[in-house]
Amino acid sequence: MNLYDLTVHELVDKLKNKEITLEDINKSYIERINEKENDVKAFVTRTDENAIEKAKKIDENIKNGKEVSELSGIPIGIKDNICTKNVKTTCSSKMLENFVSPYDATVMNKINDQNMIMLGKLNMDEFAMGASTEYSYFKKTSNPWDLKRVPGGSSGGSAAAVAAGMVPWALGSDTGGSIRQPSAFCGTVGLKPTYGLVSRYGLVAFASSLDQIGPITKDVTDSAILLNIIAGHDEMDSTSANIEKKDYTKSLVKDVKGLKIGLPKEYFGEGINPEVKQAVMNAAKEYEKMGAIVEECSISVTDYALATYYIIACAEASSNLGRFDGIRYGYRTKNFTNLTDIYKNSRSEGFGKEVKRRIILGTYVLSSGYYDAYYKKALKVRQVVKNEFKKLFEKYDILLTPTSPTVAFEIGTRSNNPLEMYLADICTVSINIGGVPAISIPCGLDSSGMPIGCQLIGNHFEEEKILRAAFTYEQETKFRDKYKPTFKK
Amino acid sequence: MAREDYEIVMGLEVHSELSTKTKIFCSCPTEFGGEPNTHCCPICMAMPGTLPVLNEKVVEYAVKAGLATNCEIARTSKNDRKNYFYPDLPKAYQISQFDMPLCINGHIDIETEDGTKSIRIERIHIEEDAGKLNHDEYGRGSFVDLNRAGVPLIEIVSKPDLRSKEEVESYLRKLKSILEYIEVSDCKMQEGSLRADVNVSVRKKGSKEFGTRTEMKNMNSFKSILRAIEYESNRQIDVIENGGEVEQESLRWDDISGKTFSMRDKENAQDYRYFPDPDLVAIKISDEYINNIKNNLPELPDSRKKRYMEEYKLPEYDSRLITASKYLSDLLEKAVEVCNNPKTVSNFIMTDITKFLNEKELEPEEIPFTAEQLGELVKLIDKGTISSSIAKKVLAEMFEKPEDPNKIIEKNGWIQISDEDAIKEVVKKVLSENEKSVNDYKAGKDKALGYLVGQAMKATKGKANPGMLNKMFLEELNK
Repeated sequence: MNLYDLTVHELVDKLKNKEITLEDINKSYIERINEKENDVKAFVTRTDENAIEKAKKIDENIKNGKEVSELSGIPIGIKDNICTKNVKTTCSSKMLENFVSPYDATVMNKINDQNMIMLGKLNMDEFAMGASTEYSYFKKTSNPWDLKRVPGGSSGGSAAAVAAGMVPWALGSDTGGSIRQPSAFCGTVGLKPTYGLVSRYGLVAFASSLDQIGPITKDVTDSAILLNIIAGHDEMDSTSANIEKKDYTKSLVKDVKGLKIGLPKEYFGEGINPEVKQAVMNAAKEYEKMGAIVEECSISVTDYALATYYIIACAEASSNLGRFDGIRYGYRTKNFTNLTDIYKNSRSEGFGKEVKRRIILGTYVLSSGYYDAYYKKALKVRQVVKNEFKKLFEKYDILLTPTSPTVAFEIGTRSNNPLEMYLADICTVSINIGGVPAISIPCGLDSSGMPIGCQLIGNHFEEEKILRAAFTYEQETKFRDKYKPTFKK
Repeated sequence: MAREDYEIVMGLEVHSELSTKTKIFCSCPTEFGGEPNTHCCPICMAMPGTLPVLNEKVVEYAVKAGLATNCEIARTSKNDRKNYFYPDLPKAYQISQFDMPLCINGHIDIETEDGTKSIRIERIHIEEDAGKLNHDEYGRGSFVDLNRAGVPLIEIVSKPDLRSKEEVESYLRKLKSILEYIEVSDCKMQEGSLRADVNVSVRKKGSKEFGTRTEMKNMNSFKSILRAIEYESNRQIDVIENGGEVEQESLRWDDISGKTFSMRDKENAQDYRYFPDPDLVAIKISDEYINNIKNNLPELPDSRKKRYMEEYKLPEYDSRLITASKYLSDLLEKAVEVCNNPKTVSNFIMTDITKFLNEKELEPEEIPFTAEQLGELVKLIDKGTISSSIAKKVLAEMFEKPEDPNKIIEKNGWIQISDEDAIKEVVKKVLSENEKSVNDYKAGKDKALGYLVGQAMKATKGKANPGMLNKMFLEELNK
């Protein structure tokens, strides 16, 4: 048995039974990083230097009968757009190559309150813009199932690190699919919570009205455990929902009898790889077998979702990224004689191609004369999408779709074709536009041995329902017992 | 055509810093000054990942300002981002309000030569102030100070209803006094907490169309505003008279040269790309909230003026001038509480105090003595302890070294002589020394009495009670 193969709840059980120590756990993960990082390249910054020391100390405390939290000493990986005091937060950009945040994000305070041990900051597409992690300024992360392939994105480093056993779990962020799509590509479980459930304070903003932080884990149980830690109202975030705190582990019940599941037909049409489609349909059949009621349904505005998403996300990004101007922090050009040069050259040299493309798109759609035709219209479509979800959830408990139209593609095959790259988000963006929660869980492998993910979508703040459905399917199909990443070269 | 054939049309955008304790989107202090970058935090410095949270006091203060200027209060309003790059704007956008301001359709009344005139207010919205650039005098660069970044502002936009620089001045003074009365801003122009953008256009008298306007930005003294209007309106008239066309542009007023300069050329016309700030939620305001503020609004200058005329029996002019400054008005009321003599207190304010402020170029807030001390001074006159001429001397001392007037009088030995025997003695002495005047008076020259009284005053160094002196001279002369 390798400790790096275990989930957090399995590790916690063994700790409780005194079969292992936190030192053992941390050693196992750090050794795994040392072994696999050259192949996978998931880390921007490693922070495991003092991990063993910290783990030993907590072990000592436990031995001496001191009260420690259940997750004390458990390792974790953090996407590199979540601000960490004393450790660089680069957003995988040259712009923030040496940036150290003066404060911790709210989710980091929560992780630190648990006394978890952060093993590193994980790679991503620059400023979370991308679906393959190829747009990182530093390195291209590989998919542990096939090193020639991308891990998905933008939280590709987080998903790959979890899949490879380099961290037991990680935090990602999801603006249009950035937790779920890499989870589908890497065979992990990725949850995008309802907008407002997790504080965004300290998450470097890409698109403020769509961004959410969420867990990437090896199984559904860990997803619920980590969600328990990070969810909750935050006074520092005006968009954070002030609702009662829940215990999501209570929804880990293997039972879907009578659960009404809708299959939106638009997600099974053209552009969806047949093997992916088949795997998700099989999952639907599995649910039926377990007593759920499965029906075809429709989300008519799906066709407009991608365009709407790119208008809103780019518009907000163009404004959010204005602060990277070379004045107070971040990259400043050496090549300037006046203020305009500082702005132009710092931003031209500090941002990558995809980021610049989106800033230009966003600036355009907000410009006077175009605002009504693009941005204003997109906001209207957004309202229609919200209404459609509302109607669907009057009828169904959850919706089931593929997470991504394809399995992980090969590195370099899409990075020069932005439109094709944008299509990787087609199944996930509507969920962010609607603000509803969704989870991606593995539902099989394709003929090339790559994992396929299916997406369970729930109504606002009904994470319990999708967690329960995901848990039930997971317990029945035992994907993790059957398949493991092969690190194929 | 001559300049007199033109009419000047003006509208004002007044920015007023709100006197909340903390900034609009974070908990940093709003205090003026301080070492550069000491009143800031990751939020107002726009560190990555930070988010704004709206200070509810800002909404309350803006609603107050709206109600005090007869505005309608929007039940739903929102914050928008105004995007542009400048080093004093750390987020590269200013959080402001674009199409759904907090307050709309108000007005305030001003006094003009032709009577009361109503100036319409189009809107009042809330926004954040920017930081400040300090340019190194040796040209080693510019330094950004973010202490002011995120200090809350309201922008009060008037309709183009102003027609002369006198009207602009009364409008601004009125607005300033209203904001002071409701205590939402200290309106210290020298600290930039009240600044105005002035929109100016000219048209031939009788014309219904507006001319092309220019906007003079960020003016923070009455003097420069009035000079700038004079200069800019004349400039526009000259352009038109010379067959040219006024260009719509933003101008900077230069106090030293006394001219306006174009701020940016047209190719760089700004597109601010306003859009709703997704980090903030809609501002929802209930009727109950509005009524609560409305019911707790303090008395405004117009109402105080009316009260002074009715209760204090003060002239309209005095009442208007004193109520224009909340400080002076409070000074009056507090002093009256002590001495119960509004007329005399008002006279002091209108004469000696106003003269002193003008000479020293001070604001009323800088009057060194307290209202209680002023009231005490008036009380001393009324009690007959000192004469009004001594009182003027005491007041002059109070400006130099504010202390209890009793002490000043004592120190200088200015206590009025009201002792009958002492006065009688002086009267007799003066009569015996001025036989000629006595004879003059008896011959019917009433003026001679004045001379005699003056001599007695001189002899007592002004300390004799003038009423008693008069009475006693008459008694003696008519014996």
